[in-house]
Amino acid sequence: MPGMTEQTRTSAPAADVLDVAGVSVSLSGRQILDDVSFSVGAGQFTGLIGPNGAGKTTLLRVILGLQRTSAGTVTVAAQPRSRRNPSIGYVPQKILLDPDMPMRARDLVALGIDGHRFGVPVRSRARREAVAAMLHAVDADRFADARVGLLSGGEQQRVMIAQALVSQPRLLLLDEPLANLDIRSGQEVVSLLARIAAEQQVAVLLSAHEMNPLMPVMDRVVYLAGGRAVSGPTDQVIRTDVLSSLYGYHVDVLNVHGRVLVVAGPGGDGHGDEAAFAAPPAREAG
Amino acid sequence: MHQLYTWVFEPGFFASAPVRTAVVIGGVAAVVSAVVGVFTVLRGQSFAGHALGDVSAAGGSGALLIGVTPLPGFIGLGIIGSGAMELIGIRRVRGRDLATGIVLGAAIGLTALFLYLDTSASATTGATQQILFGSIFTITSSLTIIIAFSVLAVGAIAVIWRPLLLATVSPDIAAARGVPVRLVGLAYMLALAVAVALSSLTVGAILSTALLIGPAATALHLTRRMGRALILACVTGVAATWAGILLAYDSYDWGSSHQGLPVSFFIVAVIFAAFLLTGLPARRAAARPRPASAPAAAPEEACSRAS
Repeated sequence: MPGMTEQTRTSAPAADVLDVAGVSVSLSGRQILDDVSFSVGAGQFTGLIGPNGAGKTTLLRVILGLQRTSAGTVTVAAQPRSRRNPSIGYVPQKILLDPDMPMRARDLVALGIDGHRFGVPVRSRARREAVAAMLHAVDADRFADARVGLLSGGEQQRVMIAQALVSQPRLLLLDEPLANLDIRSGQEVVSLLARIAAEQQVAVLLSAHEMNPLMPVMDRVVYLAGGRAVSGPTDQVIRTDVLSSLYGYHVDVLNVHGRVLVVAGPGGDGHGDEAAFAAPPAREAG
Repeated sequence: MHQLYTWVFEPGFFASAPVRTAVVIGGVAAVVSAVVGVFTVLRGQSFAGHALGDVSAAGGSGALLIGVTPLPGFIGLGIIGSGAMELIGIRRVRGRDLATGIVLGAAIGLTALFLYLDTSASATTGATQQILFGSIFTITSSLTIIIAFSVLAVGAIAVIWRPLLLATVSPDIAAARGVPVRLVGLAYMLALAVAVALSSLTVGAILSTALLIGPAATALHLTRRMGRALILACVTGVAATWAGILLAYDSYDWGSSHQGLPVSFFIVAVIFAAFLLTGLPARRAAARPRPASAPAAAPEEACSRAS
């Protein structure tokens, strides 16, 4: 976005924006996350990939300081994790805005600046301009004055991203932002996020159960299955041997016309993609 | 001109002390209800608001029973009830619904008992009418106390305005930003209890929901900005209350029997009419094709096609 690109965030030289080390989470006796470790650097686009129930949402809630851990540490921008970490912007899962909500897109983005403060809002020119610049950065000028609840899924997603970014965080967490979008809106959101990660040097960590829409822009992947994780550059993680060892049974990683397909191998029950994904009989917590 | 004036404002309207009291207290109650009500509608807690009305009714009828004015009962039990509902069922929407329903049932049972005792034992014959349907012309509570509680409730909403709005949009974002979501929710519920208590005083416990929800819903028909919604809700609530008072006063002279009609009916009727009228253009706008949001089946479809 204009005015923000000059403000380079490389002053902390090449330090990881997010560092997750040995995080384990148990919920009512069930192990949700088991010794998960990875890190995310400034300007990197990282996909948090895994089947439903793998613990993606729980992991994001750990990073946000909303979920207790039984072991491990999380460091965000060189600070131990806590609630109200201004270095994190967050777009939660399945936001459904009420069509009656008397709020324009720009009002929602303004909440990203001072929505946590007590007292009635004070209008200021700086606040108004920051909101306008952010809306422009996510290509939302067109519907900046529309009622948010009446926008399409993709448009609402853009507004939520602007809301999360307007406070200039160093880490942007998105929980399944593509889940309710059609293919084209999904692609638009993904390329927008890639552009923002590069331009503003924001570390983007985006969870998804389907990795293909992210393939063109994903620098690194954190693959979660059954509470355990492998991470690294995409081509070093999305491989038959690596994912088989993570799942604990044989899966094949197939490349079909440039698209990746993870299917349960001959040892599995042979239902393909979704069968492999459905394998851990767990429901996503949180 | 003068004829028109005396036709609208029947002689003695402005000179009447009960009318003046009703205008002031009714206006104050309408403002508090409107301010709180906008959030009640947005948070989808109309049912909780209604249940609090029933809880207030139990408090008000109990207060009459021990020989004090209904207001302390309305407010006291309303606050206890709102706290209980928030604490029992905060986690899930469904849990909240259940908690609300259970509290509501218990409250109506108590109200039935208290009102029976009021009317049979202590010969307060008007108790049922007064508690359930209001008695704006015969309010005996201190105006100072009413204003103090109003300032408290509106002040609370002003303080928690932004965090409450953020938590209404998404409790997760609010929590991640360090908002004490439960505390903010509790503060809002207490303001709701006060709003319901004041409306119970004017239009009655049963009809308090109408004053809480109606003006807010009307305002939400008309604007896409929160601040304006609040102002419009206040204007609608106060206008409906005052129009209701006027109509009730005038209704004394409508028939030959000189039987005034209940003010609560007129207030609620005006609110209902305002809601319907403002809903017409909104309904027409909604009928227009909206920007297509993805149908529920789309993600799976996208998955299978992309993979």
